[in-house]
Amino acid sequence: MPKVSTSGSSTMIHSLFLVSSAGHIFLEKHWKCVISRSVCDYLFEAQGKASTPENVPPVIATPHHYLISVYRDRIFFVAVIQTEVPPLFVIEFLHRVAETFQDYFGECSEASIKDNVVIVYELLEEMLDNGFPLATESNILKEMIKPPTILRSVVNTITGSRELGKQGVFVWVMSLGSSCSMCLPVLQQLLFFAGSSNVGEMLPTGQLSNIPWRRAGVKYTNNEAYFDVVEEIDAILDKSGNIVFAEIQGVIDACVKLSGMPDLTLSFVNPRLLDDVSFHPCVRFKRWEAERVLSFIPPDGNFQLMSYHVNAQNLVAIPVYVKQNISFFETGSSGRLDITVGPKQTMGKTVEDVVVTVQMPKVLLNANLTPSQGTYTYDPVTKVLVWDIGKLNQQKVPNLKGSLSLQSGAPRPEENPSLNIDLKIQQLAISGLKVNRLNMFGEKYKPFKGVKYVTKAGKFQVRT
Amino acid sequence: MTDSKYFTTTKKGEIFELKAELNSDKKEKKKEAVKKVIASMTVGKDVSALFPDVVNCMQTDNLELKKLVYLYLMNYAKSQPDMAIMAVNTFVKDCEDPNPLIRALAVRTMGCIRVDKITEYLCEPLRKCLKDEDPYVRKTAAVCVAKLHDINAQLVEDQGFLDTLKDLISDSNPMVVANAVAALSEIAESHPNSNLLDLNPQSINKLLTALNECTEWGQIFILDCLANYTPRDDRESQSICERVTPRLSHANSAVVLSAVKVLMKFMEMLPKDLDYYGTLLKKLAPPLVTLLSAEPELQYVALRNINLIVQKRPEILKHEMKVFFVKYNDPIYVKLEKLDIMIRLASQANIAQVLAELKEYATEVDVDFVRKAVRAIGRCAIKVEQSAERCVSTLLDLIQTKVNYVVQEAIVVIKDIFRKYPNKYESVIATLCENLDSLDEPEARAAMIWIVGEYAERIDNADELLESFLEGFHDESTQVQLQLLTAIVKLFLKKPTETQELVQQVLSLATQDSDNPDLRDRGYIYWRLLSTDPVAAKEVVLAEKPLISEETDLIEPTLLDELICHIGTLASVYHKPPSAFVEGSRGVQHKRLPPRTGSGESTESPEGAQSAGTAVPEAVPAVIPSQGDLLGDLLNLDLGPPTTGVTPAPTSAMQMGAMDLLGGGLDSLLGGDIGGSPAVSHFFFLVIYNFPFFYGGSVFLFSPYLQVWLPAMKAKGLEIAGTFSRRAGVIHMELSLTNKAMSVMTDFAIQFNRNSFGLAPAGPLQVLTPLSPNQTIEVSLPLSTVGPVMKMEPLNNLQVAVKNNIDVFYFSCQYPISILFVEDGKMERQVFLATWKDIPNENEAQFHIKDCHLNSDAASSKLQSNNIFTIAKRTVDSQDMLYQSIKLTNGIWVLGELRLQAGNSNYTLSLKCRAPEVSQYVFQCYETVLKN
Repeated sequence: MPKVSTSGSSTMIHSLFLVSSAGHIFLEKHWKCVISRSVCDYLFEAQGKASTPENVPPVIATPHHYLISVYRDRIFFVAVIQTEVPPLFVIEFLHRVAETFQDYFGECSEASIKDNVVIVYELLEEMLDNGFPLATESNILKEMIKPPTILRSVVNTITGSRELGKQGVFVWVMSLGSSCSMCLPVLQQLLFFAGSSNVGEMLPTGQLSNIPWRRAGVKYTNNEAYFDVVEEIDAILDKSGNIVFAEIQGVIDACVKLSGMPDLTLSFVNPRLLDDVSFHPCVRFKRWEAERVLSFIPPDGNFQLMSYHVNAQNLVAIPVYVKQNISFFETGSSGRLDITVGPKQTMGKTVEDVVVTVQMPKVLLNANLTPSQGTYTYDPVTKVLVWDIGKLNQQKVPNLKGSLSLQSGAPRPEENPSLNIDLKIQQLAISGLKVNRLNMFGEKYKPFKGVKYVTKAGKFQVRT
Repeated sequence: MTDSKYFTTTKKGEIFELKAELNSDKKEKKKEAVKKVIASMTVGKDVSALFPDVVNCMQTDNLELKKLVYLYLMNYAKSQPDMAIMAVNTFVKDCEDPNPLIRALAVRTMGCIRVDKITEYLCEPLRKCLKDEDPYVRKTAAVCVAKLHDINAQLVEDQGFLDTLKDLISDSNPMVVANAVAALSEIAESHPNSNLLDLNPQSINKLLTALNECTEWGQIFILDCLANYTPRDDRESQSICERVTPRLSHANSAVVLSAVKVLMKFMEMLPKDLDYYGTLLKKLAPPLVTLLSAEPELQYVALRNINLIVQKRPEILKHEMKVFFVKYNDPIYVKLEKLDIMIRLASQANIAQVLAELKEYATEVDVDFVRKAVRAIGRCAIKVEQSAERCVSTLLDLIQTKVNYVVQEAIVVIKDIFRKYPNKYESVIATLCENLDSLDEPEARAAMIWIVGEYAERIDNADELLESFLEGFHDESTQVQLQLLTAIVKLFLKKPTETQELVQQVLSLATQDSDNPDLRDRGYIYWRLLSTDPVAAKEVVLAEKPLISEETDLIEPTLLDELICHIGTLASVYHKPPSAFVEGSRGVQHKRLPPRTGSGESTESPEGAQSAGTAVPEAVPAVIPSQGDLLGDLLNLDLGPPTTGVTPAPTSAMQMGAMDLLGGGLDSLLGGDIGGSPAVSHFFFLVIYNFPFFYGGSVFLFSPYLQVWLPAMKAKGLEIAGTFSRRAGVIHMELSLTNKAMSVMTDFAIQFNRNSFGLAPAGPLQVLTPLSPNQTIEVSLPLSTVGPVMKMEPLNNLQVAVKNNIDVFYFSCQYPISILFVEDGKMERQVFLATWKDIPNENEAQFHIKDCHLNSDAASSKLQSNNIFTIAKRTVDSQDMLYQSIKLTNGIWVLGELRLQAGNSNYTLSLKCRAPEVSQYVFQCYETVLKN
């Protein structure tokens, strides 16, 4: 158990390392003083013990530090901590960093981070002051550091224009590949920028207002507000198809492009469904408690307005049924597989994009199956069977069956494979949630409004 | 042209060229030059010579250039403190710039320049920025105070910045309030006793107002700060709770968990019959459940905290069992935590569901998880009596799978079930015996052997079974050997006629052929018992065993309460007290839940009492006594009346208890007055028994190896080994506790007798989980030197009492005096000379250290790392003389002169001290340090 000191340092997050799943440290950033990257060895050690990167524990104690990491998009975001810091604080922040990269570069990957390393540093510098979160709202960040655009990246390539991050500690070591000679051009690019700058010289307007999430002076010619009600069903069904556990995770994603300072009110036909909710900070909680309406001044652009959670069993409809029979070593070194998927409670909608994924035991060499609909693949290396069904047909229920060839002489597998189901239903929120109306106050124009519903499978598993 | 141009300068006269460019009149050229300088800096070239020239460029309107110069400044200020002062003027100026961004940048940068000389000059600008009209500047300045405090705490206090910071809590801008709170909390953490965040209803009100308006990170700071407040009464508590509950719906999980912490803590003060109390309980469940649908890393931290919450208030989540059901693709760290919570929530109402799940998990891929699931079934059986039968049959089903590790785990837990419900499920023994051959893990083998021995009379071929184990006796682990020995003796006592040969065989194997003292001792005990009094042997060996307790891994209630106050922190993730994370003696402040107050308690209605009554046993099964009971136990041994009622502060109470206990015992011992009290005579017996052990042996010195202080034989199976160390200025007693008995040990506590240097435990002995048989636990006990003082003989003798659920044990040990050498023991040269002369010559003691082969520098550095400081070195006639000083924790100075002659491995050490009796022990430390 390392002893962390409370006296020495006022930095919450000391350093950040980005590590690829292959164990390559491709970016490091220090806010106070340099911490040797060898500290990541403890992560690698944990990774060595874990079967997959997903299984690496998020909090690792080292003799002098704690490593708090999240694994996203095949990258470990590793924060080095020296003081007693709430780990959730750090984990939330790291996810925020990943989301910001996603937002800025369209994807959060080793390649996109390397390509935009200057912006990455600028962002990190802005997001943390002395290890404390500073500006993490996308709207504010975008006012201070502009996201890359094709035009600007051309201009920047020509002029080499980049601006330094604001302050902190400047050991901006980075490595692209292991050789030092490769680092040099990047450092040069990183440090030297002339002429036009990515960094705004003005104080972001939202930073100190009572609505820090919205910038001032937003103008659109087409004013529009779209809301997507997305529900995911998390469920575990037992081998005879009974529900062991089921719940719905819902979110309302918004894309709001409205001029000025619109004040919106969103109401539901059946708000009673929502008893477990998390809101974007813009939502006025008091109004929700009193009237069950969402009243808010929205951020500009895309954001998640709220998330909710329905786990009352009677409210969770299961849109499909699954019948399965998988057996090994019934006769000699072969087994049988027979899976049927059919529609159940679909409220009259079509179930689409149905995919069944099965992680098979190691002894399974190959599968010889016949689907009545869709296609199937079996990867003998990863032992993953994927059956891509597509749309579910009321009349003709899809079925996949055939024989499995097993490693002869191997013992019977100890585990039963679970089936993972993916699906999608358009124009339906499976909980029955419906938006009643959206009103706008504070601005004169008439916005275009739209609501879309979709239901998907979250962690939907069938045991065998 | 690209940025690479800045790196391509000619080597010759580079610095000179840059200097010229920096001093150019043209702005663009200047900027280019600064960039070049920084380029060189980044690749590790020393461009500090350009310091004055670069600093001259600081006075510019160009924000970009300014930032670059700041960058340079922060890098070199520390190595060029004199010149860094030149920058002061610009900082002062920038702090008055019309652009708030520049003012904030200046104050932000200032805080990062860790040069003492500069900090003084920066006080005025900082003071201005703290009162700036622009809130952006104020909030930046607030953080700067924390940075400055880190560099020079005294200065910050003298300048009154702390008061200004406190004023900022009433600022009109919520972000400023949040940052001020963050800065104050940061500073307060390094000064636990300061009254910085002196929270009162007014300031709390301001914080609650700011809470609604500041950013999510600010909300976390404010909530964590609120959690430190103790409301005056239940009304205030309720009103704070009401204003905090909306935070439970925040999208940021860290905000949610901090809010949960505040509510869990303040709830403690609400009367249970209050309607609001029930409402609050209901409100806590949904956000906790929601945390479980977040990313796996967040889930993990949430689950570790939920584990605490369900131990404290199981009623919150008792209907939410299903959300803890494991999905096959959850990360393993999430699976294991969910399983733990499932067992905690298991009750008669949901046991069927839980068992069905656990059985499902037992067929998963991950071996660790499967094992834990099988163990969990056993725990359910022990926890929910009605389910025991079902659990046993589930375990039997699993044994039928013949999966090796499943079978072994199942046998281990079935043994526990037998201990909880004796003579109820022997029918399964036959099935267990079928799997004897597949057991290859010591724990499973030991469990199986225990079962065979315990039920020997009902197993026809028990002798054959045990004999089969005996063949490879020497290859077995100690655990199995001990079990086998006991099992065969049990068998012999039950079926004496046909097993004589077997018992003799095992006794001779244990006593003659084994090197293991525990095994030998146990063998001899049995042998003598059997040969002198078989009836007594029967009584001892076949005695009725206590039933094992219901839940063995509950966190001890005082620790649980402390951890509840630290929900969301690292401490809550590791389930260890914050003191385990904080270095140094300062910074540790035990937090406690507020006492329940208000009208509710006295006027509690019968219904309320009843509902509380049903909830409480679930919440805190009486397995582990509370701290109060535990202290009571210890105090009860004293001759005086037992202390009951108010629980005193743990540390001091423990010391007091120890004093009374040991003091009384020793007095009566020395006075020859063996009182009639059984406690005293018991104690007397132990002391007599132990004295030859600790005085008979030679004085031992510090060694990194653990010494056995209390052998298991003398402490009913508890073996204590230990050593002392000094780490980061804190003395630690490193203990290794081994349970060599057959039953679980719990409720450990430790006390010291008065001793020469006032050593006393700085906290309770942290043995969090019960110590199961054959388990060893390492504990590091921090010690303070503020305890009561009594001169001991030998001087470094320490008498210790350790209590567990079985008894109180006493032992004595000796510590190396070097643990008392403090870090600031380096004397000024002049003072050293004067003191040396001042101490009378008869106080000087001379020692010889033989066979030491270090040169004087190596010796000096080795000694230095043990806080023996070399003040001066003199070389006369190839003889090195090191003059050294040592300061003890009680302020005694020891001065030394160490003479080393090249080529001679014998050193001479002269020590002078006003308390000459310590010299002997100091010499021993020298010897140990130099020879290791």
